[in-house]
Amino acid sequence: MIEVYTLWLRQIKRYYRSKSRILGSLGQPLLFMLALGFGFGPIFQKAGQGNYMQFLVPGIISMSILFMAFSSGIEVIWDRQFGFLKETLVAPASRFQIMLGKTLGGATVAVAQGIIVLLLSLFVGFKFPSASLTILAFVFMFMIALLFAALGIAIASVLEDMHGFQLIMNFLVMPIFFLSGALFPLAGLPKAILIITAIDPLSYGVDGLRGTLAGAAHYGLMPDFLILACIVAVLMALGSYLFSKIQV
Amino acid sequence: MENIIEIKNLTKKYKDFTAVDDISFNVKKGEIFAFLGPNGAGKTTTIKMLTTLTNPTAGTILINGYDPTRQQHEARASFGIVFQDPSLDDELTAYENMDLHGMLYKVKIKDRKERIKQLLEFVELWDRRNDLVKHFSGGMKRRLEIARGFLHHPRVLFLDEPTIGLDPQTRNHIWTYLKKMNREEGITVFLTTHYMEEADKVSNRIAIIDHGKIVAQGTSEELESKTNTSSLEEAFLSLTGSAIREETVKNQAMSGRARAWRR
Repeated sequence: MIEVYTLWLRQIKRYYRSKSRILGSLGQPLLFMLALGFGFGPIFQKAGQGNYMQFLVPGIISMSILFMAFSSGIEVIWDRQFGFLKETLVAPASRFQIMLGKTLGGATVAVAQGIIVLLLSLFVGFKFPSASLTILAFVFMFMIALLFAALGIAIASVLEDMHGFQLIMNFLVMPIFFLSGALFPLAGLPKAILIITAIDPLSYGVDGLRGTLAGAAHYGLMPDFLILACIVAVLMALGSYLFSKIQV
Repeated sequence: MENIIEIKNLTKKYKDFTAVDDISFNVKKGEIFAFLGPNGAGKTTTIKMLTTLTNPTAGTILINGYDPTRQQHEARASFGIVFQDPSLDDELTAYENMDLHGMLYKVKIKDRKERIKQLLEFVELWDRRNDLVKHFSGGMKRRLEIARGFLHHPRVLFLDEPTIGLDPQTRNHIWTYLKKMNREEGITVFLTTHYMEEADKVSNRIAIIDHGKIVAQGTSEELESKTNTSSLEEAFLSLTGSAIREETVKNQAMSGRARAWRR
């Protein structure tokens, strides 16, 4: 398993060194928290839904994990263009180990980012649940991170350059975020939208995180966890397969 | 002597372009084998097929007894490679690049530390070991790349134009080290280079490829007597002609673009 550790370690080191990346990717979640949280707060309250900030923060944490984890795919494309991918591909490691190492690395980095956002949310009035629920929240953060790191890496393994990845960012990742219920409650939505949100894997991550952090799960924590786990397993298998097919 | 690389009727086609056209040759265990040819002749494509990076269109390969298209893991565990184009992680330090490579190839921690120090001193990068590779000059990167290739001791070591862009002192230094590794540990070396005197000096046998086909193989004396010439360079020119070649440059163009982006 040293192969997995090696690839994980590489990603952690790269993340730790890119201070600008850490800071840069905090801008968007902060803006969303401030603008939406305070902007829609009063209306949410009037509609009898309670504290919007409390509702919104799990969604924003999910968003920052989604973006950060998915961008692990960008690293694969950089590796291809800078040549380091060849060094990985000729290494005597199974393609599953490579996929696992990269996914765990990307997921760890994304969870770290999620934790920073969670801590920042304290300054805009977010209140923590009990310690045990907070720990459970970390489990869901890690599941979201694993899922989208695996998805990003699997997609990147078939892409030649950055342009294709930008396209996927806009046409896959943005819809995944906006249609996940990160910003609005799922109860009472039109049927068509409900179906779409049920297909969106992030819905279950947001729901699990909201269930643990704010105490309001739509699907239920156990179904959330199981669905996320199944999708992670499928994506890991798919990613390993796609890695074995890479030719340079 | 036993063959460690056996290639039969190996062919690689890209759409309507045949990069490697039905080549066959063997490399014996423990020998230093030079694979020469003009730009775009098919050297790198052949190395890619040998090292599991590209699947052949036709033909068979055995490397250390394993088929790189099917027994990829065993084949990968048998060789090491220094690539023609860069393959370092720019965001890591020289030491980290070495260390990660050693970990991936399961070099034991004690050997790893010892060899990394020895090799970084050898390529005169020990003082710069904690600097990020992105701050290195081209020559320093090349030296690090070679040191990394020497870190684990494989059965077969592929060197794709390893000394390109290095000064004569460093080149000489590296070939001496390579011969020592070959002699003391019996590592088979498969190399490509454009420096004919180097190929002549270090290799036991030579194969010359042009337009995807092997045009001659043997010792440098054999090639010289076959072509009635008095040096390997003349033999090479007589076999491959003196016209200048265009390369297919998909990869070079891509890495150039990537470099421009990073700035």
